[in-house]
Amino acid sequence: MSAIVSISNLSKTYADGHQALKNISLDIEYGEIIALLGPNGAGKTTLISTICGIVNASSGTVTVDGYDIVEDYRVTRSLIGLVPQELTLGSFDTVTETLCFSRGLFGKKPAPALIEQLLKDLSLWNKKDNELMSLSGGMKRRVLIGKALVHEPRVLFLDEPTAGVDVELRKDMWALVRRLRESGVTIVLTTHYIEEAEEIADRVGVINNGELLLVDDKQALMQKLGKKQMVVELKDAISEIPHVLSEWVLELSTDGQQLTYTYDPRNLHTGIASLLRAISDAGLLLKDIQTTQSSLEDIFVDLVKKKI
Amino acid sequence: MNIYAIRVIYKYEMLRFRNTLMQSFASPVISTALYFVVFGSAIGSRIETINGVSYGTFIVPGLMMLTLLTQSISNASFGIFFPKFTGTIYEVMSAPISFFEILIGYVGAAATKSMIIGLVILGTAGFFVPLNIAHPVWMMGFLILTCISFSLFGFIIGLWATNFEKLQLIPMLVITPLVFLGGSFYTIDMLPPAWQTVTLFNPVVYLISGFRWSFFEVSDVSVALSLFMVLVFLILCLVVVWWMFKTGYRLKR
Ligand SMILES: Nc1ncnc2c1ncn2[C@@H]1O[C@H](COP(=O)(O)OP(=O)(O)OP(=O)(O)O)[C@@H](O)[C@H]1O
Ligand SMILES: [Mg+2]
Repeated sequence: MSAIVSISNLSKTYADGHQALKNISLDIEYGEIIALLGPNGAGKTTLISTICGIVNASSGTVTVDGYDIVEDYRVTRSLIGLVPQELTLGSFDTVTETLCFSRGLFGKKPAPALIEQLLKDLSLWNKKDNELMSLSGGMKRRVLIGKALVHEPRVLFLDEPTAGVDVELRKDMWALVRRLRESGVTIVLTTHYIEEAEEIADRVGVINNGELLLVDDKQALMQKLGKKQMVVELKDAISEIPHVLSEWVLELSTDGQQLTYTYDPRNLHTGIASLLRAISDAGLLLKDIQTTQSSLEDIFVDLVKKKI
Repeated sequence: MNIYAIRVIYKYEMLRFRNTLMQSFASPVISTALYFVVFGSAIGSRIETINGVSYGTFIVPGLMMLTLLTQSISNASFGIFFPKFTGTIYEVMSAPISFFEILIGYVGAAATKSMIIGLVILGTAGFFVPLNIAHPVWMMGFLILTCISFSLFGFIIGLWATNFEKLQLIPMLVITPLVFLGGSFYTIDMLPPAWQTVTLFNPVVYLISGFRWSFFEVSDVSVALSLFMVLVFLILCLVVVWWMFKTGYRLKR
């Protein structure tokens, strides 16, 4: 069994009748960083909240390390750390107090040395005795991360960790995430930003409207991202691609006026020049040429649109 | 059993108490003192003894109950309402902790607080009137049972309330009248017969009567009945809380 979190046929309908999750199945593998990408209201938070025990699923099952989240909630919840989307923190407790509270809540005995190390890692050591309400937003975000990590979870859920976070802190955060991954922690994060998913994740899942549209290796997505397309518009429509052009992988549009050539711009020989020469040799007249790069954004928009 | 979790919740709640120490102690102590000045000295001096107990002394158990009930309810309801309101409850809900353990933490702390306040009031009363507790063990028993039952009741209100207004509603509209009409300042037999019957439907009457018996060995209803009623109320609250937790009422979506 290679999945640390295994979600199968998970659905959630809220009390008001809104279906926020539609039959989601997903295996999250040990030690990976997976990014869940999706627009506002896609269901990302609902999915995470269900796994963590904050929202009751309407149907379907989730196991964490082989344990069911309902039957064996004590086991699964101690394996999980959650950084919520909202900055929900008490006001009057100090940074150290709130970390001790979190650790206790998860049934672990006090560990001052561990907390000291964690606060240093999060650059919060000099704030350890400050009251939470006196912290800036970015610091609060780090306190929340600390609270999620203080019981030494095996899976960390980060719900939009970079909302309201400056470039510097974001860099630190990704460094921390990578360090955690090296120590064997599996990381699930949600984001609206494709670049963010690209930058940090091993795999990317796209959620929209409660549906998981796709889960793929970032590499595979990058491959698609790496592709460019050249569209050649012809003056006169043709019924089929001339035989002399079979050397290139071409697609003919239904109206017969567009030839689309997909190529990898990173190749030394893209074949564009020779293709163009061959087209004119074949006696076809060019009307226009354009090239497009299919970005992850395109793929995403495409997927989202298709489902609406 | 997640002992560490119960411990941190309990500690956290008690700490919250410490932060509002002045308010928590000062207000009950001051209001008790006022009651004694007004009822004990000014009015009480014109009232004859009740069953051989001077009026000032007679109202001590009722005053304690008044404070115990309101404090238990407000402490416990606020304790669970506030994290619900700010959203910090997410952490408790995602922790490996059973509802029963959550309950012990929150209700235990609220009950402890009101017990301490109850004893502080008893001490304050001792300054104003002579006090002699006939059955200290029974007194403590009633004290503890009352604190736990009404903290449970407060917890239910805290879970049920969706805004601050609702949080205040029940204590204001239900509890305060019940306590005032529950024989805090008089014995039931002072009332006209019709009202005596009505009063018997007030659960607080049984509490105060039993509690007063443990002080002076005089009571409106039998002690056994008092104890029985307290236990019924406790069990009723437990059943409601159990149902709330089982269904995730107002906690889980
Ligand atoms: N308690 C609730 N009751 C009813 N509907 C809800 C509740 N919480 C969320 N929803 C609805 O469920 C859908 C998914 O919400 P969710 O918070 O999971 O989205 P999200 O992907 O996290 O969005 P965002 O990127 O804005 O955080 C939304 O349409 C939302 O309105
Ligand atoms: Mg969200």
